[in-house]
Amino acid sequence: MTYFEDIEVGNTALLGRHTFTQQEIVAFARLYDPQPFHVDPEAARRSHFGALVASGWHTASMWMKYFVAANIGVPHPDASAPAGVAGEGALGQFGPATGFRKLQWLKPVYVGDTISYATEAREKIASKSRSQWGLLKAYNSGTNQHGDLVIDFESVVLVAKRPA
Amino acid sequence: MPDIFFEDFIIGEVKTFGSHRVTREEIVAFASEFDPQPMHLDEAAGKASLLGGLAASGWHSCAIMMRLICDGFLLRTAGMGSPGVTENKWLAPVHPEDVLTLRRTVLESRTSRSKPDMGLVTFRFELMKADKSVALDQTCILMVGRRNPGARLA
Repeated sequence: MTYFEDIEVGNTALLGRHTFTQQEIVAFARLYDPQPFHVDPEAARRSHFGALVASGWHTASMWMKYFVAANIGVPHPDASAPAGVAGEGALGQFGPATGFRKLQWLKPVYVGDTISYATEAREKIASKSRSQWGLLKAYNSGTNQHGDLVIDFESVVLVAKRPA
Repeated sequence: MPDIFFEDFIIGEVKTFGSHRVTREEIVAFASEFDPQPMHLDEAAGKASLLGGLAASGWHSCAIMMRLICDGFLLRTAGMGSPGVTENKWLAPVHPEDVLTLRRTVLESRTSRSKPDMGLVTFRFELMKADKSVALDQTCILMVGRRNPGARLA
């Protein structure tokens, strides 16, 4: 278990890589974001995207999937995770998040794109009201196989301090 | 074909859209796929957490709000995607049987010099519960096509 005290500002953890399939892009979008360029390959071809693209909320939710896998001790979704990918419970014990800021969808995510998800510790703030928790400001990102950022955002989360 | 364009979003306008009753099944289904933390999967774990009962993943509440945005107006709009979300605040947990509606406020709109066929509209989107408390407060920018992109002043 990693605690607040163990997190080093500036450290970046690779959470895992995910390749988006047409089937999952369409399934997510049919439920939550059925704009034509997310659900209909032909309509997507005629749109300014030029081909089917994942909902931005799908790209963001997938970041969470890999973040949880790296932190909460559930099986890692990327069975072929390379060495150096954060493992079960490696990053710390997290409390509920209150939100995020400056989320950018910088490039479309197309069928077959492989996104590498990461999180970087930016700032540590001791919580005055909750003595057993610290606040961690993090910079979170997803980068495609061409090295282009496709999504990034800043989050503030509670991380458990080492029990006294 | 879309019948709502960039020009139709009036700064200051406030509108309410839709209604979605949240089910236990969808909370667990979304969380199983994207956010399998105990308080999103199990009633007892939810009760023991700061969320006070089984509660939807924050990303799920974002997705539910996106569906209300789509059904409320975006599927009729010349939408061209979104560059991002300026701020997203999860203010209250979303539980099974909560009935959620969308409140939309137009904050700002501006045309694009480099892309004359579209404009950028900044919205405040709030996901409201039946008691009018706000579960999610988000400032989001959408790219919207203009009604007559090729039109020229004589």
